[in-house]
Amino acid sequence: MLDAGSSAPLTLAPPRSQWRDVWDQFRTHKGALIGMAVFFALVALVVLGPHLWRYDPNFIEPDAMKMIKSRNQPASLAHPIGTDQLGRDMLARMIAGGKVSISVGFVAMTISICFGTFVGVMAGFFRRLDGPLMRLTDLFLALPLLPLLLVMVMLFRDALAGVMGPSLGTFLLIVTAIGVTSWMQSARIVRGEVLALKEREFVLAARSIGTPSRRLILRHVLPNVVSPVMVAATLNIADAIITESALSFLGLGFPPDFPTWGRLLFDGLPYLQQYPERVFWPGLAISLTVLSVNYIGDGLRDALDPRIRGR
Amino acid sequence: MLTYIFRRLLIAVPTLLLISLVIFLLVDLAPGSPMSEIPLTVPPEVKKKMIEAMGADQPVFVRYLLWLRQFFWVEPAYWLDGHFGTHLAGDAQRILSYQTRSPVFITIGQRIPQTMTVIGSAYLVGVLIALPIGIYSAYRQYSWFDQAGTFFAMIGFSVPTFFTGVLLIVVFAAKLQWFPSVYDTTLKVTDWASFLKQVRQMVLPVTVLAMFNAATISRYMRSSMLDNLGQDYVRTARAKGMGEGTVVLKHVLRNSLIPVVTVIALGIPSIFGGAIITEQVFKVNGLGAALIGAIHANDLPMVQTLTFIFAVLIVLFNLIADVLYGILDPRIRYA
Repeated sequence: MLDAGSSAPLTLAPPRSQWRDVWDQFRTHKGALIGMAVFFALVALVVLGPHLWRYDPNFIEPDAMKMIKSRNQPASLAHPIGTDQLGRDMLARMIAGGKVSISVGFVAMTISICFGTFVGVMAGFFRRLDGPLMRLTDLFLALPLLPLLLVMVMLFRDALAGVMGPSLGTFLLIVTAIGVTSWMQSARIVRGEVLALKEREFVLAARSIGTPSRRLILRHVLPNVVSPVMVAATLNIADAIITESALSFLGLGFPPDFPTWGRLLFDGLPYLQQYPERVFWPGLAISLTVLSVNYIGDGLRDALDPRIRGR
Repeated sequence: MLTYIFRRLLIAVPTLLLISLVIFLLVDLAPGSPMSEIPLTVPPEVKKKMIEAMGADQPVFVRYLLWLRQFFWVEPAYWLDGHFGTHLAGDAQRILSYQTRSPVFITIGQRIPQTMTVIGSAYLVGVLIALPIGIYSAYRQYSWFDQAGTFFAMIGFSVPTFFTGVLLIVVFAAKLQWFPSVYDTTLKVTDWASFLKQVRQMVLPVTVLAMFNAATISRYMRSSMLDNLGQDYVRTARAKGMGEGTVVLKHVLRNSLIPVVTVIALGIPSIFGGAIITEQVFKVNGLGAALIGAIHANDLPMVQTLTFIFAVLIVLFNLIADVLYGILDPRIRYA
C-alpha cells in the first residue's frame, strides 16, 4: 500500500492523539457524559458557592429572641432550603459540607492511588519484592475494613485533635485511614499491568542501552499504566466519599459543628419525623456525587480500553 | 482436593496470626493504655486478675501471646465446658467486657441471632432477586430490561444504605405507617400474630440490604451469563434442536453459576461486618450494634474480639469460596 514508487500523493488523515480518541469514545457513553456534567456542577457549586451565597455556615443569631425565631425555618427566599435547629442556613452548610466531603474523596483517592501504584510497580518490577508485597496486599484484603476504620478513628481522633486542632486532625486521620485501607485494588491492577509491560520490546530496548531501573519505571512503565489507574482512581473517589459519610453517620467522623454531608445527615436524623428534608438534601448530594463518579468511571473504562475503542 | 484444603488451611493460620497481630497492635499501641480504661466500678481483685491475664506489666510480645491464649484456648475451653460438662478451663480469666463486666462471648452469643435473622435473610432475598434479573438481562442484552437493570444496579451500589434506609423510614414508617421503623429485639415468635409482627418489622431493613446486595450480584450474574452465551456448546445445543428454555436454564445457567456462587460466598462475611450501618439505622441489636456501642464506650476487649471475629469470617469464607470453585468446576484441579 505504501509503495514508494507510486506517483499519486497519498492523502493520510491527520494524526490523532490517543487522548483525542479516548475523548471521542467517552463522548459516546451517555451516562458518563451526564455523570461528568453533574459532577462538575457539584464541584463548581462547592467551590464557587461560598462566593455567591455569602452566609456563614456556622452563624448563629447572638440575640436569643432572634435565634429562636430563626430556628427550623421552612424553605424561603432568604433560606432556599430552610434553616436547622440552631437557625443556621442549610444551603450554606450544604456548600461547606460538600467542600469537606469532596476534598476527603480527592485526598483519600490520591493517597490510596499513590501507595497502590507504588506497591504495584515495586511488586511487578522487582521479582524479589513480588511475594512479600502481594502477601501484604492479601493480608489487607482479609482485614475487616469498616470495623478497623471505626477503631482507628476511635483510638486516634482525640490524640490527633489535641495536636493539630479538631478539624485538621480529624481530616488528616480520616483521609489517611481511608487511603491506607483502600489501596489494594489499584496495587493488584498495576502489578498485573507492569508484569505484562516488563516483557515488551521497548522495555528490553531501554534496558539494553543501559537505562537504570528508576528511569525505566518513571519513563517507560508508569506512563503505560496510567489508564487502568485512572479508572481505579474514579472508583476510589466514590468509595472514599461513601466511607467518610458512613463514618460521620455512625458518629465517628468529623466533630459536631463541622459540616460534611454525612455529618449533616447524621445531625438531621433526630428531626427526621418533622423535617425529613434536612436528611434528604445531604443524602441526595452524597448519592448524586457517588452515582456521577461511578458513571464517569464506567465511561472511562470503556474509553480507555483499546479493544472497545476501535469499534 | 483434600491436600489442597489442608494446604490452604495451613496458609490461613499465618494470615490469621498476622491479622490478629495488626488488630492487637493497633489497639495496644494507641495513645492511652487499655489498662487505664478499666472502669473504677470493677472490683480491685477482678481488675488485678484481668491485668494478670493480659499481662499488662509484660513486654508487648508476651501480652500478644497471652491475648492469643485467651482467645484460642481459654474461650473455646469454656465453650466446651459449657456444652459437655468438662473442666478444661479451670478458673482461667475469660475476656471480660468493660461495659457489662461479663465475658464478651456471652454478649456476642446473644447478638448473633438478631444479625443472622435480619441480615442473613436480607442476603438470601438479595440473591433470589439478583439471579433472575441477571439471567434475563444477559439473555436480552441491550433490551430495555437490561438497560433498566444496569441503571438500577448503578443506583443500588451508589446510594449508601444509610440514605435508602432513612428514605424508607420516612415514607413507609413515618408517612404511611405500614411498618415500624425500629426493630424490636425482645419480640418472641410464639404464634401467628407475633410471627406476622416479626415479618413486618423485618421488611424495611431486609429491603434496604437486599437491594444493595442484589445490585452487585445481578451484575456478576449478567456478565457471567454473557460469557457463556457466546460459547460453542450453546450453538451446538441449539443446533441439536433443544428448546430455548433447556439451553438457557440448563446448559448456560449451570455453567454461569460457578463464578457467581463463589462471589456469593465471598460476600457472606459482609453480612456480619458491612451491615453495621443498616443495624444502626433500624436499631437492630446485632453484632454491628455491639461493635458501635463498644467503640463509643471504649470497651476495648469487645472491640478487639469482634474485629478479630470479622477477620476470621473473611478468611474462612475466602477458603470456602476457593474450595467451592474447585468442587463446582471440574476444569479446575487442585494438585
